[in-house]
Amino acid sequence: MQKKANIKELIVISGKGGTGKTSLLGAFASLAKDKVLCDADVDAADLYLILEPDIKERQVFQEGHTAEIDPDKCTECGLCRKLCRFHAISSEFIVDPINCEGCGVCVYFCPEDAINFPIKTCGELFVSETRCGPMAHARLGIAEDNSGKLVTLTRKRANELAQKRDLSLILTDGPPGLACPVIASIAGATGVLIVTEPTLSGHHDMDRVVELANHFQIPAFVCINKYDLNVEMTETIEVYARDKGVPVMGRIPFDPIFTKAMVEKQTIIEYDSSSRASQAVKEIWERVESRL
Amino acid sequence: MIISIASGKGGTGKTTIATNLAVALGSDVNLLDCDVEEPNDHIFIQPKITRTEKVSLKVPQVDMNKCSLCGKCQEICQFQAIVVVGKTTLTFPELCHSCGGCMEVCPENAITEIDREMGIFEAGTSNGVTFAYGRLFVGQVMAVPVIERVRAAVQPNKVNIIDAPPGTSCPVISSVKDTDFLILVTEPTPFGLNDLKLAVGMVKILNIPHGIVINRSDLGDDKVMEYANEENIPILMEIPFDRQIAETYSKGKLLVKELPEWKERFIHLYEDVVKYAKKS
Repeated sequence: MQKKANIKELIVISGKGGTGKTSLLGAFASLAKDKVLCDADVDAADLYLILEPDIKERQVFQEGHTAEIDPDKCTECGLCRKLCRFHAISSEFIVDPINCEGCGVCVYFCPEDAINFPIKTCGELFVSETRCGPMAHARLGIAEDNSGKLVTLTRKRANELAQKRDLSLILTDGPPGLACPVIASIAGATGVLIVTEPTLSGHHDMDRVVELANHFQIPAFVCINKYDLNVEMTETIEVYARDKGVPVMGRIPFDPIFTKAMVEKQTIIEYDSSSRASQAVKEIWERVESRL
Repeated sequence: MIISIASGKGGTGKTTIATNLAVALGSDVNLLDCDVEEPNDHIFIQPKITRTEKVSLKVPQVDMNKCSLCGKCQEICQFQAIVVVGKTTLTFPELCHSCGGCMEVCPENAITEIDREMGIFEAGTSNGVTFAYGRLFVGQVMAVPVIERVRAAVQPNKVNIIDAPPGTSCPVISSVKDTDFLILVTEPTPFGLNDLKLAVGMVKILNIPHGIVINRSDLGDDKVMEYANEENIPILMEIPFDRQIAETYSKGKLLVKELPEWKERFIHLYEDVVKYAKKS
C-alpha cells in the first residue's frame, strides 16, 4: 500500500470475536481529531450501525470467477469431473458455485469449450460521510470469498480519503480471527490495538494475534474489556502481555452502556461521556494516540 | 446427525453452546471445533489428545532441468502462484489453492507436488465425547484446508456437533455445509441482529434447517425476537446475562458441570433440534 509518511493507521483487532472492537472504535471516532474511519470487517460490518454513514460513492467489487457448464455444448465426457479437485461438478454436469474454487482447470481442458468462466460480483465498497468524519466501508456478499482483497481495497479507499483531505489518521475496525481478512487488515499498519476480555478463551486468542502482529512486525498494544468479570484473569493477561513486550493501554469495566449506546445508534462517548467506561476508554485513547 | 453452530457476529456464545451441548449429551457425541483460526473448545473440555497430524496442502515444485519456460503454468493459474521470470519458473506457495492445473498442463512433466504445512489437526476424547480440532499456523492465510481436515473427522453413527468460526464467508461455509441442522447463536443487540440476518441469508443459500439461541437475552432490545417471529425461525433457547455464567465461562469451565440445572436445558435443546430437523 502506497502511503504518505505522515498518515498513521491504527487497526483494532481481537482474535476472539465479540470483545468490543466496534464499540471501542466508535468511541475513538468520537475522541480523535482529523481522521478517516475504515470498517475492514467486511464479512460482518457493524460500524455503520453506530455511525449511520451517508453513502456518497458506491463501487461494485468483482473478483474471481465461477465455472458454468453450457449444457448445449457439453458432451458429458467427464474430463472436468476427473480434474476438479474441489468436487464442484455433479454427475449431471452442473457446477456447484459454493464448491467451485474458480481455478479454471475445467475451463482450460474442456475439449468442447463448453465451460464459461464469468467474473463474480462478491460485494460492494462505499465511501461515506459520517458525523465523526469520512468513512470507507464495504459489504462482502453472503457466502462469498475474496474477503482479503475487499479488505485491502477498503483500506486503500480510506488512505485515498486521508490523502485527499489532508487527514493524518485512519482508524480501522478489523475482523475477528487470524487468517486472510485479518492479515489483509493489518499489513502495513502503524499499530494494532488488541481488545481482549478476561477469559481463558480471550487470553488464548490474544496470544495468537500477538504472535501474528510480531510475525508481521507491527507494533501491538492491548486493552482489556469487561475486566471486572474476572480481575484475576485480567492480571494474568496483563502480565503475559508485558512479558511479550506488548504495552497494556488500560482496562474497561463491564458496563451495560455499551449495549444501550448501540441501541441508540450512538458511541459510548456520545451516550454518556462521564460514565466509568467512557472515562476508561478516553484514557486508553490518549495512551494509544501518544504511541502512534 | 450433524448439528452445526454458527453466528455471523463473533463472541455470541458458539463455543458455550457447542461444548455444553456435547458434554450434556455425554455418550455417542463427536465434537468438532472448526474455528481453526481461534479454536477454544479444547479449553473447556480438556481432551486427552490421542492423535496429532500436520495438515498440509499440495503445492507445485518445478524441476528446472525439465522446464522449457513455455509459460503454460502461469497462463492456467488463476492465483498468480506460478510465474516465469527470465530463465526460471517461480512458485508462490502461499498463493496456491492446490488445484493441480499447472501440473496437468505442463507439457514437459516438470511439475510435481510437495506438501506445504499449514496447521495441526488433533483428536482425542473427554468425558466420553470424541473430539477433534484444527489449529492454523500463525501467519497462514488460508483456513479452509485445515477446516476440511476437521470436517473429515465426522463420525456417521454419532451426534456430530460442529463449532464454526464467526462470519458468513468461506471458512464458515466449509464448516457448516452439508449439515442437518444449524444453530445460530446471537445476542439481542443491533450488531447481533445485523449479523444474524447475514447468517440467515447464508443458511438459506445452503438450505439448512435452522433455529436461534439468544445469549445475554436480557441485555438489549426486542428486535431479534421480532425478526425471528417475522421470519418464522424457532427460538431454541434463551440464556440471560448472569455474572455466575460469565465467571464460569471466563475460567474455562462448563455450565453443565458447574451449574447442573443447565444440563437438562441443553438436553432439551438437543431434543428440539432433532424435532425441528425432522420437520423440515
